[in-house]
Amino acid sequence: MQFSYEVNDSYAEVKGVGRLNMVAAPKLREVVAEVVAAGSSRVVVNLAETDFMDSSGLGALIGCLKAARQAGGDLRIAGVQPQVRMVLELTNMDRVLTAYPTAEAAFGDD
Amino acid sequence: MTRFWTRLIVLLTVILGVNYVAWRWMASLNWDAWWIAVPLVLAETYSLIDVMLFGLTVWNIKFRKPPPPAPADATVDVFITTYNEPLDLVMTTALAAKDITWPHSTWILDDGDRPEMRELAEANGIGYVTRGADWTPDMPRHAKAGNLNNALMVTSGEYLLILDADQIPEPDILDKTLGYFNDDKVALVQTPQYFINVPADDPLGSQAPLFYGPIQQGKDGWNAAFFCGSNAILRREALMQLGLVGYVKATEKSIRRALAASRTAIKKARRSSEAENPLVAQMLNEVEAATESAQRELEAGASLSEITYRVRRKVDDAVRTLVAADFSALQSDLEEIAAMELAHVGESGVTTVASDAVDRMSGRDWSPLGALESVHAVLDAISVERTDEAQPIMPLATISVTEDMATAMRLHGLGWKSVYHHEILANGLAPEDVKTMLTQRLRWAQGTMQVLLRENPLVQRRLTWGQRLMYFSTMWTYLSGFAAVVYFAAPIIYLTLGILPVNSISFDFFIRFIPFMVVNQLLFLVAGHGIPTWRGQQYSLALFPTWIKACTTAARNVWFGRPLGFAVTPKARQSGGPSWSLIRPQIIVAVLLAVALVVGLIRLLAGMSEPLGTLVNVAWVAFDLVVLSVLVKAVLYKGFVPEGVGPERPEERNADAV
Repeated sequence: MQFSYEVNDSYAEVKGVGRLNMVAAPKLREVVAEVVAAGSSRVVVNLAETDFMDSSGLGALIGCLKAARQAGGDLRIAGVQPQVRMVLELTNMDRVLTAYPTAEAAFGDD
Repeated sequence: MTRFWTRLIVLLTVILGVNYVAWRWMASLNWDAWWIAVPLVLAETYSLIDVMLFGLTVWNIKFRKPPPPAPADATVDVFITTYNEPLDLVMTTALAAKDITWPHSTWILDDGDRPEMRELAEANGIGYVTRGADWTPDMPRHAKAGNLNNALMVTSGEYLLILDADQIPEPDILDKTLGYFNDDKVALVQTPQYFINVPADDPLGSQAPLFYGPIQQGKDGWNAAFFCGSNAILRREALMQLGLVGYVKATEKSIRRALAASRTAIKKARRSSEAENPLVAQMLNEVEAATESAQRELEAGASLSEITYRVRRKVDDAVRTLVAADFSALQSDLEEIAAMELAHVGESGVTTVASDAVDRMSGRDWSPLGALESVHAVLDAISVERTDEAQPIMPLATISVTEDMATAMRLHGLGWKSVYHHEILANGLAPEDVKTMLTQRLRWAQGTMQVLLRENPLVQRRLTWGQRLMYFSTMWTYLSGFAAVVYFAAPIIYLTLGILPVNSISFDFFIRFIPFMVVNQLLFLVAGHGIPTWRGQQYSLALFPTWIKACTTAARNVWFGRPLGFAVTPKARQSGGPSWSLIRPQIIVAVLLAVALVVGLIRLLAGMSEPLGTLVNVAWVAFDLVVLSVLVKAVLYKGFVPEGVGPERPEERNADAV
């Protein structure tokens, strides 16, 4: 899985392309830690091109959410694909994370 | 065929058992001596339920065929958990683990954080994991469950083989077991725990051939094979899913609790002296408004991250505005003072409030809210960070000191399957002295009772009834300590005082009791295929103080939050001479039984009691003494001497796989 990120005025957008599984999960944690450490604690993880996620991937998202919150910011997800939505529902994680349609919309009200 | 006979005998046992116990309740109680009559009939009812649960277990006994081969690209992490075991013992296991033929990564999970262990691991090309930075000293460590949960976050294999530090795996352990995971719903494969340092007569009752045999095979038949902490392979996805579901549940619960507590906290804060400050009073209004709207959002189904984020945002903004207003008042005061004093201070200029002071004073610890601890605590708890745990995701259950049973039960609750593979694929070390053995048994029993009290399997709606009863059955056996006390007391009371808990010892009694006892023993014989079960039966009665202590300490722990007095089982033999003091209650019982024997015979000779009653009770005392005699052997046991013929294995490898 390939990760890339881009920092703009109000948030940093992390993009993941491919499968966010147990192998990619630690990488995501590293990327977000790097972004937060660089001073952007408002993070959107754009999942528009993430076509598969497992529970380890979701676990990494929670770890990243904690890191962002502790730095005084927040972590949000956007562009969720059908398989990812299913996993969110299966683990009740949709109770915790709101899936925003796009990265722009994620911090739209804030 | 075995299954047919087993089922037939189970049916007979239930019929004859109910026949006997029902008669006991309805027609035999000596109500004049109710204080012993009722406890005895309760103990007998307990035992009947126990044997019925055993019958239910073996009713569905499952003999599995070897699984198909696993896909060649299945990735595995082998975890060796250690805390304080000797380094060479850990390394023996680790090197054997490294030699497992299926491609894998081997990791030593060292909760002792020993630099020598790290060096040894690295020198041998073995991974080394110890608790990360998140495990600060104020976080609960959760012993082995915490150790495994920590390692799960830094590794990435699809499957995990978990080994205790003293469980040496066979090279083909993964080849023989991974194939079960071809079924997507299988989360766990448990293999037996077998000990190589145990003599044939097993004085400490270490081997558990009945459990790692008919009981696990029976539970497997109900899709309830247990996870036993070591020698098991787990699917990471299943564990992580468990961790996520647990996280969501814990987070929602703590937010709900915090919101419910906020009203009281605010009310209390308003009565405190700090609230006389108008600034604080205004902040409290803001906090109240924020928590009330959070409560409404929660009921409306908003996501927890949004709700908590908004509460924090609102409170922080309000605090900031109010602090800033306060500072600007302060600033104008300072300017006035400076204007008045200008003549005196000359060119030194106006004192200004540092610009970052507003930021500093708006932080949660520094603002006037920080002084109101209860409000502070409520606001901290309205979060999705699970601040009371080192990591938000805790896949292995932490509600019990035996994390394995609770974890398996939750996996079953999520709809996962488990497998018991009946073939020894790892060779372990059992305790070699009574003290260590007692510590270990106490820990197992305490852990089991914790699960019963915290997550009673009977009310877990997502488990099938078979699964609920399989978990309950194991918990039920740990209540045997109370029944044992009655079984020791009843003959003592008859022989010394002549008080019989039954109306009479008559034909009616024997015609019901003896067939039940015979078929009961037959059931163990047939279900166990002749494996030795006597040692286990002895220990289930003889360790009654341990079982009772486990029940009382677990209840105090769960209900009143008192510590268990938990100790890690030492792997090295404890030194010193025979420790009779460890079995003092049993010695007292044995002396009482012996005294009762003598008194009973004197009473018989003096014509004060009837011969039949005395005979039955003497036989009963003799049985009790034989049961307790196992402890003499145990205390005198000096540890395993490996010379001569090794201990016999309960079954040859592969015997069942064919």
